[in-house]
Amino acid sequence: MVQRIFLTFIYILLYTISVSAQHDSAPKAEDPHHTEHVATNAHGADAHSTDAHTADGHDVAGHGSEKFDPAATAIHHISDGNVYTILGFTIPLPTILYSKERGLEIFSSGNFHPGHHEEGHNAYNGYVLHLGSVYKIKDENFPQSGSVELGEHAFVTKQENINGKMRDAHYVLHNGKEYRLDARSTLDGGILGGGMTSFMDFSPTKNVVGMILVSIFLLILFSKIAKAYKNNPTKAPSGIQGFIEPIFLFIRDEVAIPFIGKEKYMKYLPLLMSIFFFILGLNLFGQIPLLGSVNVTGSLSVTLVIAVIVFIIVNVSGNRHYWSHIFWMPGVPVFVKPLLAGVEIMGLFIKPLTLMLRLAGNISAGHIAILSFVGLIFIFGQSGASLGGSVLGTVVSIPLTMFMMAIELIVAFVQAFVFTILTASYIGAAIEEHHHTEEGHH
Amino acid sequence: MTGTLAALGAGLAVIGAGIGIGMIGGKAMEAIARQPEASGDIRSNMIIMAAFVEGAALIAILLSILMA
Repeated sequence: MVQRIFLTFIYILLYTISVSAQHDSAPKAEDPHHTEHVATNAHGADAHSTDAHTADGHDVAGHGSEKFDPAATAIHHISDGNVYTILGFTIPLPTILYSKERGLEIFSSGNFHPGHHEEGHNAYNGYVLHLGSVYKIKDENFPQSGSVELGEHAFVTKQENINGKMRDAHYVLHNGKEYRLDARSTLDGGILGGGMTSFMDFSPTKNVVGMILVSIFLLILFSKIAKAYKNNPTKAPSGIQGFIEPIFLFIRDEVAIPFIGKEKYMKYLPLLMSIFFFILGLNLFGQIPLLGSVNVTGSLSVTLVIAVIVFIIVNVSGNRHYWSHIFWMPGVPVFVKPLLAGVEIMGLFIKPLTLMLRLAGNISAGHIAILSFVGLIFIFGQSGASLGGSVLGTVVSIPLTMFMMAIELIVAFVQAFVFTILTASYIGAAIEEHHHTEEGHH
Repeated sequence: MTGTLAALGAGLAVIGAGIGIGMIGGKAMEAIARQPEASGDIRSNMIIMAAFVEGAALIAILLSILMA
């Protein structure tokens, strides 16, 4: 028991160290970063809030104590990226970019020389890496091909009025001039903060790598377990087999059979199991510190795809009764039927929408909570300026982080379970055979 | 200003969902205490109901994110 508590402390400590290694953006007096700040100042650029996405980073006097912005840090850590950071080392990923002017370009994100904070120290072919994401330089005057050295602290964030909303606009500094960066390319048309831009990013990102790793792991795990059942059907399960079997049986007996029915559940069992173990694997993988902390199930695009798959399967397997209950509800007065049809059609789309939002929201919220508790160290320590504060922050932060991680462990299971049980109940509602005896249809 | 209002909206949505999920959980506990043999059914129905309530709150929170 004591040993276990000790190990947990070591684990949390390592986690805290790894996070602080990425965030000691506090320039001390003798820190070379600081002189660099002053040097860039001399070029006449007025804004240097390289990290803080705040408007108040503009004042030059604020440079000595660069403000730690917990919100921006948390958002950076839960967002996707074009590099994969593991144990503090940055692993470049392939970058596949398409822009109208220059066509398709494929190169390694190592060309950006990603360093501290996943900031690229070089520009490559008119693209830069800012906080782990690729941006395109809008300005035509910037060298459009080859590698251009930018150095550290080359990025500036300002608040600008874009389409009537105050948004972050990013600039890159090169030879004392500011070059506007195009917004991230997103396919949501900008409703979640991005916007349709001049380039598309098809790169296999951090999340894709995490997904591939988890898929390979699950494939190996389950083929091993399946082989054990095939070879020794009469032998009692052992090892990892004994861990997976109760979970598998729980999903079959408590989710699939009661909701879908004894006759038809076998057809949908592979889908339910894939959804459950894929989400569970990704939830748990995302919580391992130092392993890139990928937030796959917390990103809306991934949950959107799973929800769309569920939506298609539910509606394709829907029978006559299902559709009649949507468009022409039996057993209610005629004048209510069109109203109910409207509500039911809305419900058709709201069901997968909430599936998508629930999973992404819960997992992202958990990551943000953990990162905020870790951020207490930097808030109390005034970004490294006060050692006593840092120690106090660590003392406060470790139990809170441990508590939150324990909660998140439960949430990882509960959310995978909720997604599966809701999928099963939607499928069950779609294929249920109704017996209309109580409504007088004889 | 819109950011503050959006945060308030998200908070109000969470109050509603909190009351709803609290009532579901409380009643489910009462039901399990009354009929422990039905605890499996009650638990899975409780989770589904809580998920529906949460869904409404999530839509409100999404709206406040979009407004912010």
